[in-house]
Order: sequence, then C-alpha cells, then structure tokens
Amino acid sequence: MNASPWDSGLREVCTVVAREQETPSTVTLRFEYSKEAHPGQFVMVWLPGDDELPMSLSYTGREKGVTVKAMGDTSRRILSAGPGTKIGIRGPYGNRFDLSPQHILVVGGGSGTAVLAPAAEEAHGQGAEVTFALGATTAREMLFADRLRPVAKAVHLATDDGSAGHHGYVTAVADRLISEGGFDAVWTCGPEVMMRKVLAAGERASVPVFGSVERQMKCSLGLCDACALGPYHVCIDGPVFPGHVLRGLEEFGRSKRDPSGRLVPV
Amino acid sequence: MTELKAEVGTLSFRNPLLLASGIWGESGRSLLGAYEAGAGGVVSKSIGAEPRAGYPNPTVEQYGQWGFLNAMGLPNPGIAAYPEEIRIARQGGAPVVGSIFAPTAEGFAELATAMEPTGVCAIELNLSCPHAKGLGSEIGQDPALVAEVTKAVRKATKLPVWVKLTPNVADIALLAEAAERAGADAITAINTVRGLAIDPILRRPVLANGLGGLSGPAIKPIGLACVWQIFERVKIPIVGVGGIRSGRDVLEYILAGARAVQLGTAVATDTVRVFSRISAELEKELSSLGTTSLSELVGAAHAGRDQA
Repeated sequence: MNASPWDSGLREVCTVVAREQETPSTVTLRFEYSKEAHPGQFVMVWLPGDDELPMSLSYTGREKGVTVKAMGDTSRRILSAGPGTKIGIRGPYGNRFDLSPQHILVVGGGSGTAVLAPAAEEAHGQGAEVTFALGATTAREMLFADRLRPVAKAVHLATDDGSAGHHGYVTAVADRLISEGGFDAVWTCGPEVMMRKVLAAGERASVPVFGSVERQMKCSLGLCDACALGPYHVCIDGPVFPGHVLRGLEEFGRSKRDPSGRLVPV
Repeated sequence: MTELKAEVGTLSFRNPLLLASGIWGESGRSLLGAYEAGAGGVVSKSIGAEPRAGYPNPTVEQYGQWGFLNAMGLPNPGIAAYPEEIRIARQGGAPVVGSIFAPTAEGFAELATAMEPTGVCAIELNLSCPHAKGLGSEIGQDPALVAEVTKAVRKATKLPVWVKLTPNVADIALLAEAAERAGADAITAINTVRGLAIDPILRRPVLANGLGGLSGPAIKPIGLACVWQIFERVKIPIVGVGGIRSGRDVLEYILAGARAVQLGTAVATDTVRVFSRISAELEKELSSLGTTSLSELVGAAHAGRDQA
C-alpha cells in the first residue's frame, strides 16, 4: 500500500506563492510542488535555518497547500512565511482516505478540517454525496465552511460560543446525524477527545469511521519511532486509521510521545 | 533443516537479524513489533541519564537511492522512564539489547547498573554516534577512552557488553582491540559514516546539526571492510551493521567475520517485513552453498583469501 521512501523522499526547495489568513489563528501556505499527492497525505515543511514540521495537505493539486493552526513558536514562524519565501518540502508521506464511499459525513474540529477538505472535494468530484459537521470555538475561527459549501449536500456548524450554528460541541451535531443514518463512511479529524466521541457514535450506528491522527514526527520514514502509536507508526501506517483500530489503542485520545520519546498527556 | 540460530558469545538468537539501535526503539511496543515481524532480537534506542529531545528537524535527509543521512541528536526518554518500554518488549518475548550513552566512564557504568535489572540480555555501548558533542564517537575514536569506558561497564554489570564502534577512524581494529582487552564480550560495527548534505539553492547544510551520519546501501562495503579488519585482530564475536538489505548481504557479512548482523535503514526502505524476507533468502543462500549452519561460515572468506 505504501510507496517506498525512496520514491517520495527527495527534498525540493519550493517558493511560497500565496499566504492566506483563513481565520485569526489559521494560515494557508500555497507552493508549487509537482509530486503527485492524495488527500490524507502529509508533507514535511522546512523553514530553512529553523525547524521542519509534518503538515497534512489541504490542497493536493499541482499547487499544493497546507493549512495549519499556529500552535507553537516553530509553526508560528513557518506560517509567517510570505510569498517568495523559500521552503523545503519532502513527501508526500503516509496513506490516504479511501474515496469510494458514496454517502460521507465529514466531521472536522478546528484546523482538523484542513486535511478533510481535499478528500471531500475529490470524493464529491467522483460522485459522492458529502455532508459536513464543522466545529470551531467561534464563528470567526470556522475553517473552510465557504470553501466546502459548493461540494456539500449540507453544512452543519457548531461553535463553543454559539456565534454560528449549534451552540456547543460539533460532536453533538455529528452524533445526531450519524444516528439518523444514511452514511456509509464518516471521516474525522480534530482534537482526539472529539474524535473519540465520533468513533463511539460511528460504532453505535455500525458506520465505519476513519480518523486522521497527528503525532510528533522527525524522520517521517518509519525509522525513528517518534510517531509511535501502539504497534503503529503514524508516518507510514497512517495518518488515516480506521476507527476500530483507533478505538483499540490505549494511547489514542490520552497520551502521545514528546520529542524525547516520553509518553505525555495528549 | 537449515539452522539460522545465531550465537554471540553466550547469547543465542533465533536468527542473526537484529534490529539496530535508533530504529523503532523509543517505544517497547515498536521493539516488540520488530521481533514479531521476524527479527532475532532488538537493540534499544541509546538511552542516557536524562530525557533528551535531540536536535531540531531536519534530522534526516535522503541521499538518492543510496541511503539516508541523519543527525537525530540522541533523543531518548531517559533511564528513569525507559525500563517500562523494555518491560513491554520483554513481555512479548523479544530479546532486548540495551544501548546506552554517557559523557564519562562513570556515566556509562551507572547506566549499565540501571539497565541490568530491566531484563536486557546485553548492554551495547554507543561509542560511535558521529554527531553529538562530547558523546559517541568523540569518546569512541580514542582507544584509551574506549578501554576506560568498557572497563568501567565491565565492572558494573554481569551482562555481556557489546561495544559499538565508529568507522570514522583510521584503524577501527585498534579500537576493537582496546575494547577486547578491557573485557568487551562483542564488537558491533559499524555506526553511520560521517556525511554532509548541502542544498545549493539555499547554500546551506540541510540537517539542523550540519554534519550527520550516512546509513543504507552506500555504506555496506565500508561495514564489510571494518568487520573484516576487526575479525583479523580480535577473538570476541562481531555483530555486523551497515547497509544490509538482503540475504546475500548478510552472508557477505558472515563470511567477513560477523556472527550476527543488525538492520536499520532497510526497515524504512523495505518495511519491517524485511526481517522475514531476509530470513527466507538466507536459508536459500545457505542451501545453495550446500551448508545448513551459519556458524561454520563465520569468517570463512579469510581462509578463502589465504588459499587464493
């Protein structure tokens, strides 16, 4: 299933062609990178002289893009790169979403929607019907609702402060939609506590759930063990995992490894 | 029936293919995964006294189809947290060699003492990491320091002591001799070969640390030469490492003098299934040579050369 790292690993220096402030905390960087990529896959983004981080592709065409919430200093510096900045890209790495389901529910929390968007667009292009349940802290933080409306059967929003859609967590919306039935797959990405609830809802309704997972990454080649998750390595076995696999993992939603390899709370 | 069992001194492994240190070694479940996939045994991440995050990325750079350069910077969870990982691997039946690093002989001895009760079957001394200041090969290129560290660990533990050496020296066998005299039970050779990657557009080294270590197919002839030279100068067993991807590669290392080998880069390039594939290839190689035992082939190429 996974290509050998020999195929995708060579690094290229790319130029940032656009920088889009999607929400107050989320930024998209677009860059020309010619290697073929599929929704669900990630690239390693290097700001020369600084650090290199794994980022899921939010645009998988010829002009690729990553859409990321600035969590730490490193991501903040990478995301401040304006047009013309040279960045190093290697990949794409990891697996992809299976685009064959015909009635898909997409449950995105915060910047987690970034990796789900290209998957939903491509599935829609192949004839699937896609419903969205998108959550954010506030209406201003809602990611990609406008981008996804053209491919959506319906878009359901939820915000923590009630400034858009349902007042509360998106999991309540997802729960209701899943129990109403009609979906043959649920795709989700967001905080792991949120994903755990979506997994449980999918299990109750016997709908397969697929979740995209984030972990510490260094080599991204299946060597260094930084992204170990139970018996899996997120970089080569993921980042997309079937729900039944995630539900069986003690660590999922509870702990992750820090850069030294110690288990710390998620 | 072909016998792939490998003996390194008093230790016996179900096959000669061990997981090299630094690969899949942060989590016990990963170590166990390599064993379940067919490794004869596994070597832990190099563990130090304290948790260590390692260098910032980029820590790895691909070198064409020939290998990877890396400078991880010895990231590890530290000796206080790591025994739980060893326990998980041991519980699943995996023989674990505990790799350790420290800046001083006393530091090595303390870590060996702490490692012993975790159930590891041997201690491997990382005297060969090519990219950490004051550690690894900065100690391991000096025969006197190699002897001092080995002696200190020898005194601290009853477990077999393996000394992992760097190829980035003029005469690796001199270091092996120093380790043997100081009481080492085996030599592991080699660690990565010092290397550098430069990006011409950015006009800078790619790895955050600058210098790194090269692994993979490119270094197999270097590893073979080192095992060959060490075999001619010491009597203790040798564990061969460097660029192994096939049963034929293993056979070459054994003929050069190795009793077992370690795999690293191939776990990434060929997936963890590489262990079972190489085992099958090795059985075929042995039967085509008309032999059923690995041990009679150890170092056999040296006799071959004498006859030539």
